[in-house]
Amino acid sequence: MADNPNPDLDLPEAAVPAEKPKKKGVKRRIFLIGSALVVGGGLFGVWFTDSSAKAKAKSLTVGEGEHGFQTWMKIAENDTVTVYSPHIDFGQGSHTALGQMLADELDASWDKVKIEQAPADMSFANVALAKGFLPSMAGETLAGLLPDAVVGIMARSMPLMITGGSSAIRFTGELAMRKTGAAVRAALIAEAADRLGVPESELATADSTVTHAKSGKSLRYGELAAGAAERSLSSDPVLKTRDQWKLIGKPIVRRDIPAKVDGSAVYGIDFTLPEMRVATIAAAPVRGGKLESVDEAPALAVKGVEKVVKLPDAVIVVAKGYWQAHKGLAALAPKFSDGGHAAVSTPAIYGAQAKLIAAGKADNEGGSGDVDAAFGAAGVKVVEAEYRVPFLHHAMMEPFALTGHFKDGTLTLWGGMQDPLTTRTKAAKAAGIDVDKVVFHPMIMGGGFGRRFPDLVEIIDQVALLAKEVPYPVKLVWSREEELRHGTYRPQSLAKLKASLKDGKISGMRIDYAQSGNADGEVPFVYNLPATSRRHFAYQSNQIDGPWRSVNATQLGFYTESFMDELAEAAGEDPYQFRRKHLPEGSRHLAVLDAVAKRSGWGTPLPEGVGRGIAIVESFGTVVAEVIEATVKEDGSPKVLKAFAVVDCGTTVNPLNAEAQIMGGVVMGLSSAIGEQVTLDKGAVVQSNFGDYPLLKLADAPPAVDVHFIDSGAKTGGIGEPGLPPASPALANALAMATGKRIRNLPLLTQAKA
Amino acid sequence: MAIAFTVNGKPVSVEAEADTPLLWALRDDLGMTGTKFGCGIAACGACSVHVDGAVTRSCSVPISDIAGRSVTTIEGLKAADGTLHKVQQAWIEAQVPQCGYCQSGQIMAAVALIEKVGSPSDDQIDEAMTNLCRCGTYPRIRKAILAATGAAAQAGEA
Repeated sequence: MADNPNPDLDLPEAAVPAEKPKKKGVKRRIFLIGSALVVGGGLFGVWFTDSSAKAKAKSLTVGEGEHGFQTWMKIAENDTVTVYSPHIDFGQGSHTALGQMLADELDASWDKVKIEQAPADMSFANVALAKGFLPSMAGETLAGLLPDAVVGIMARSMPLMITGGSSAIRFTGELAMRKTGAAVRAALIAEAADRLGVPESELATADSTVTHAKSGKSLRYGELAAGAAERSLSSDPVLKTRDQWKLIGKPIVRRDIPAKVDGSAVYGIDFTLPEMRVATIAAAPVRGGKLESVDEAPALAVKGVEKVVKLPDAVIVVAKGYWQAHKGLAALAPKFSDGGHAAVSTPAIYGAQAKLIAAGKADNEGGSGDVDAAFGAAGVKVVEAEYRVPFLHHAMMEPFALTGHFKDGTLTLWGGMQDPLTTRTKAAKAAGIDVDKVVFHPMIMGGGFGRRFPDLVEIIDQVALLAKEVPYPVKLVWSREEELRHGTYRPQSLAKLKASLKDGKISGMRIDYAQSGNADGEVPFVYNLPATSRRHFAYQSNQIDGPWRSVNATQLGFYTESFMDELAEAAGEDPYQFRRKHLPEGSRHLAVLDAVAKRSGWGTPLPEGVGRGIAIVESFGTVVAEVIEATVKEDGSPKVLKAFAVVDCGTTVNPLNAEAQIMGGVVMGLSSAIGEQVTLDKGAVVQSNFGDYPLLKLADAPPAVDVHFIDSGAKTGGIGEPGLPPASPALANALAMATGKRIRNLPLLTQAKA
Repeated sequence: MAIAFTVNGKPVSVEAEADTPLLWALRDDLGMTGTKFGCGIAACGACSVHVDGAVTRSCSVPISDIAGRSVTTIEGLKAADGTLHKVQQAWIEAQVPQCGYCQSGQIMAAVALIEKVGSPSDDQIDEAMTNLCRCGTYPRIRKAILAATGAAAQAGEA
């Protein structure tokens, strides 16, 4: 929020990994644009100019009888508008919403609009995303000075085609789709004005038609497209005002759903080719370990097994089908080294993190004011607490599957990744070939949640190497066990919070937390306090931590919002009223908090044994407050009874889908809080499958989630991730109210048992 | 060995080892990929099909057990004229799927529940619908089941 004295949490750029080189992949999401500012100039001239990028894009997508505009869309002579989304849609519904945004500004008939995945080609690198992330990297001023062409070169140099950071609507939608729609509409009007010989001011658009009311003449977009495509498009077209929207804000149904209810949708794991073989893999159980030896014979003795392929840290079995490959792999007894990580365990990591914080040498510090002075002032009450959260598995329901075919020097890949372009560059590097020799066909994904950022996806390297070993196409499928034990987890993290209370209000607050630097992200601190300090202590285990839906906001949300309740208790105040006192009058945050309190009946009596918890977190530009009502089952595990969420994402482009995203975020947040943890012993992951990594089931999820949107008109925020962070602290707060017991370590499991 | 059974009313014969799970016979041998692989240990339900009408996690049933039996998969729920099953229609109406990967199994479980009890209560839904969904579509799954059976959709999200 603009009036927050501490707008950004500390964002460690130079976190020094303790045991392995830093993976810079996750940084790409937030930080790489910053570094590209440095290298971007050097790349100028190497990468094609903006106009040649557009020409390349058109050559890939625009056919006979069609006319392309920018790289984002084309109009066919039969009036069909095709929108190319640089974002993949793994169920978050952004394809539909992006189409709505463009079609609304274009005044296109929705039934004539198609939304397609942009090809995985450099010419489709997402300039809007570069522009969207730029202000947070380079500052508003510098970002504003850079011409679009330079930003475009940056986007291609990264190359940038990611889906993440809840960025589709707020950046691509606002900066590309709406502008393109409006600019093309203006070009269509200009073309119609010339053809009809009337002033542009007398023309109106609706339903893919330009109409001249005075003469009763009209021209369809399909008739105008050829001429309009020859015109230069305004880079700053006039956008509609909210009252003029016809599609934005409407609960339009998603186009991808019918194929997902009749089994016809083809996911990466479903892909098949003639002569294709199926493979599966076992990598070193201890991350960082290597394959020392393996006797291939037992696998080759299994019917249907054709080949065993050794990688430096894994063994792959190739067979006619998955089952034979699985049986072949199970027959092997590969020996792996432990990479020197045998001492790594969950307790050891927490211990090291606590020591790191105690040593007091932070890698990054944010905040303002003098917290130490606040803590030392006369007449203050000091409260301290330590919280812990475990590694979390993404648990996308579709295990990784990627098909590769190496033929005539070209590697062709089929599968689902959160960044099609980086998939190509990573595969090229692994295969030792030029990126132009890698073709990638993005496919539908069975979830992602941050797991499919190519930089951290080893299956790309594995398939690149495997495909070179075999003459036929090969689909590598990870088992659930492989998926769970070789994740890019949300980091295990430990935090120490300390605050001083003066006259019932917080006079200073310090948040010290130790975790991998890989998973940091934008988490604004919502409260207005006289003195704050947030210090990050970079700790890297042998695991690869990564972004997990809502990234840093889940752990920081849990810490700060659990602690706010502890402070409210110390101040002898109601948790809702206590939060109110620290939020600015007239702020979005206060409006959201008040709304959720009202909708949930905050303060009304509850049955015996039932507690109510509240939490508010801002992430990805969206403010979300949630109230959870819960009780404790006989075995001590939580039972969620009711869930309420109030959301201010500025503008709700598609309420039906936004509701689904918030609802899903609440359920995933509750699931992680209640039962999920990845633990380490001797450097290896202990859990193996859903039996010991339990996801929340329908019976334990809230029967409904009451989701309410406040369309404040503030800058559009994200929707895919922000619903998640308030759920876990709201539940922990509800349990504390129900039982009087504060649980500071996740997962909750049966800790609430009386 | 060749194992004969029917899938969606059509006789099929699969040449496979006896221990091959039905799931992989469907996906790799018969090319029917609507039934999904999620965990391989019957924990997630993504592979749910009907065997002689009973909902079954196909990843954990050997093909040898299926000989002579009748299997229905997600591809077989539609009527012969292509009309969707009322549960599939309810799924679209309630906009249930997000990533969609678990939904074949969810729908098969829901159809089996409705065929068994008619109009399931909330408790019956809780008990029967144990398939996992990572996207968190559970509230809409409940809403769609109630809608498909004509029950008031009061359990739906606001």
